[in-house]
Amino acid sequence: MAEFEFTEDLDDLRAMVRKFCTEFSPEPVVRATMETGAGYDPELWRRLGTELGVLGLAVEEEFGGAGAGLVAQAVAVEEMGATLVCGPVLGTLALAIPLLSVAGDDVTRRAYLPDLVDGVRTATVAAPLSGGTFDAAAVTATAKAEGDGWKAGGDGWVVSGRLDFVPDGAGADLLLVAARTEHGVALFAVDAAADGVRREPLATLDLTRRQATVVLSGAPARLVAGEKQAPDALAHAARVGAVLLAAEQVGGGQAMLDRTVEHVTNRYQFGRPLGSFQAVKHRCADMLVAVEQARSAAYHGAWALQDGTDDPQLAASIAKAVASEAYSRVAAAAIQLHGGIGFTWEHPAHLYFKRATADSLTLGTVAQHVDLVAGIALDRG
Amino acid sequence: MSIDAEEVAALARDVVRSHPPREVPVPQLMGAWYDAGLTWLHFPIGLGGLDAPRTLQQAANRVLREAGGPEPRTVNPVGYGIIAGTVVRYAPRELAARWLRPLAAGEELWCQLFSEPGAGSDLAGLATRAVRDGDEWVVNGQKVWTSLAHLARWAVLIARTDPDVPKHKGLTYFVVDLRTPGVQIRPLRQLTGRAQFNEVFLDDVRIPDAHRLGDVGRGWQVSMSTLSDERLSLGDRVTARGTGPIGDALALWASRPQAHTPVARERLARLWLRAEAQRLTVERAKVGAAKGVFGPEAAIAKLVGSELSQHVYEFCVELLGPEGTLYESYDSDLGDDEGPTAYQRKFLRSRAATIEGGTSEILRNVLGERVLKLPPDTRTDKDVPWRDVPRS
Ligand SMILES: Cc1cc2nc3c(=O)[nH]c(=O)nc-3n(C[C@H](O)[C@H](O)[C@H](O)COP(=O)(O)OP(=O)(O)OC[C@H]3O[C@@H](n4cnc5c(N)ncnc54)[C@H](O)[C@@H]3O)c2cc1C
Repeated sequence: MAEFEFTEDLDDLRAMVRKFCTEFSPEPVVRATMETGAGYDPELWRRLGTELGVLGLAVEEEFGGAGAGLVAQAVAVEEMGATLVCGPVLGTLALAIPLLSVAGDDVTRRAYLPDLVDGVRTATVAAPLSGGTFDAAAVTATAKAEGDGWKAGGDGWVVSGRLDFVPDGAGADLLLVAARTEHGVALFAVDAAADGVRREPLATLDLTRRQATVVLSGAPARLVAGEKQAPDALAHAARVGAVLLAAEQVGGGQAMLDRTVEHVTNRYQFGRPLGSFQAVKHRCADMLVAVEQARSAAYHGAWALQDGTDDPQLAASIAKAVASEAYSRVAAAAIQLHGGIGFTWEHPAHLYFKRATADSLTLGTVAQHVDLVAGIALDRG
Repeated sequence: MSIDAEEVAALARDVVRSHPPREVPVPQLMGAWYDAGLTWLHFPIGLGGLDAPRTLQQAANRVLREAGGPEPRTVNPVGYGIIAGTVVRYAPRELAARWLRPLAAGEELWCQLFSEPGAGSDLAGLATRAVRDGDEWVVNGQKVWTSLAHLARWAVLIARTDPDVPKHKGLTYFVVDLRTPGVQIRPLRQLTGRAQFNEVFLDDVRIPDAHRLGDVGRGWQVSMSTLSDERLSLGDRVTARGTGPIGDALALWASRPQAHTPVARERLARLWLRAEAQRLTVERAKVGAAKGVFGPEAAIAKLVGSELSQHVYEFCVELLGPEGTLYESYDSDLGDDEGPTAYQRKFLRSRAATIEGGTSEILRNVLGERVLKLPPDTRTDKDVPWRDVPRS
């Protein structure tokens, strides 16, 4: 399907996810969930996977997915972002599933993907992706082949190391860990319940999305992708993750714009609606422009990665840079234009503002993506 | 029988084969282009079109461009995009045929007599009067900022035909032959030194009633259809990554390695990203337009494009450093890309981008009120007869 060709199927998908999210993850549910220890509701996540089937839209059918492509997945993530659905969107949906789709072989794919796609298990990725790409040099975890390489009944490897800022790390069933071997960096699967795995939940700025520090001390691990394949697979996951987060940013930004327009239309000061004042109206117009530009950039990214129509890193960085800036600005403007109520705990603006902040610092900051863009668009002359 | 992109391209290739763009004078080439129905594919057959879907226009324009021909709109900058659609919609067929071919060929330039000294953003407040006299109208007033009037043969004009009703209701739309007695055109020098716009004085100018487009008192609606043409024409544009103003900046960057600093590099990359997000938004709008869905993208395109071009040329001038302080001549009539100080000229010219064709402030109002449906500003002039509205 040509770029920006939003088919009826995609529109239907959007409507379905929106309906589900507004019905089962409205603001009170989000608030209640974010106060729980786990930070998400496994049952809601399972329903998204099993009933709606929107966690593996880009995964091939033979591994339990819908084979509908990344654009469809982006549409679903956008709608989840609009209501701030609590769940391992980042760890499982945006990173682990795309990573497993390209790393390893059909055996590992069959072993892990169907359960993740169904939402009955969750996973996350522990690797240095915070610069906007996979940074192999920053990998500190180490992996050793156990005994003479492979022990009957065991997983064959042990991994050790301290892994920081692991998204959705406390609740994940499966950890996909980048670790150093004698020959380079490889990718391992670690069962989070195994001996040698210690997890410390982190107190996060965005309560709707959790992180953990994971400490592995000789944790049993299974090799998913060797030194040849792992770095590219991780770089791919970083790009898909960036594009899906960009879609989430579009959803959140649009939600904040809609809320703000509604507010300034209904609230009167000086005998007239706030939105009739140009200082207010023009800021709303700028919010609209930002959201529309972000939408173009995010979906260009999704189409480009899906169909291979652009330099993948450039497309991902365009998406993430433009959408991060847009969401942050729009969420900040939403607080401003709501006045005092916008600064309360009671109003949802802060939930979006905090998500916007966290998103903009995850999988590469704006500055890091600007730098990546410069490297491709300017330095190569 | 519907035509497809392949057949359009084949027709276009026929024209450029029989009229090689690099050999044949532009009016001859573009006249043949018109006769083949390629100027505005969605126009009726015989009036420069083929009754074909507008989305096919790109296929034709691409062939012309690749053969070295001009971008059709540049042949008649105001007439091609803004005026032709209004003429085809409102003029009787024989007049439309009389006007459109020379317009398309670039033999007769057109201009737009809308703005006045007292009415710019608030166009509907204009004061030029048209009074009926038998089969004719007699026009008196003054227009200003009229691009290309000094070169044009024809103009479209909005004039007030009824001052006793609210401002939007008393306007009528006309076509004026600029050779009519009583028309006086005086070029105005712009801050670039060039004189591309004019003031136009209308003194007992007689216009045949046949040259009225649309009903008496419906001039505002007619002029609005012009605006929707502008929106639709978005889709005709070919937009490649790294072209336009940002392309100028990239070229300058590549040619000045000694000016590269990390700060400048970041600034250019951020401009590049804004240009790219904008280009993608236009691409997305085209796909929507092909399906008949029109979003806010056209207004966004004008707003972002104009402000971005200013920021890009500000960057260019800064990259030039001391050289940026030079300006070849305020008396020359060089084209945009010519001469050693073209960047400075584009920098100066870019100040107009946020004023002409709707200022940025007005566009933000449009996005706020028409797209986001925010409540309108308090209006003191809305239901008052035009005659009683306060004016400066
Ligand atoms: C290069 C160039 C070419 C042009 N060519 C043509 C042409 O061919 N034909 C033609 O008819 N006109 C033409 N124009 C005129 C152009 O359309 C007007 O200049 C424009 O609409 C603004 O009107 P104005 O100049 O009267 O400024 P004003 O309307 O007086 O505006 C002055 C300032 O006030 C702001 N302002 C006005 N109203 C509001 C409001 N309601 N809210 C907030 N801010 C407001 C404006 O944004 C602007 O910043 C051209 C202008 C330029 C610069």
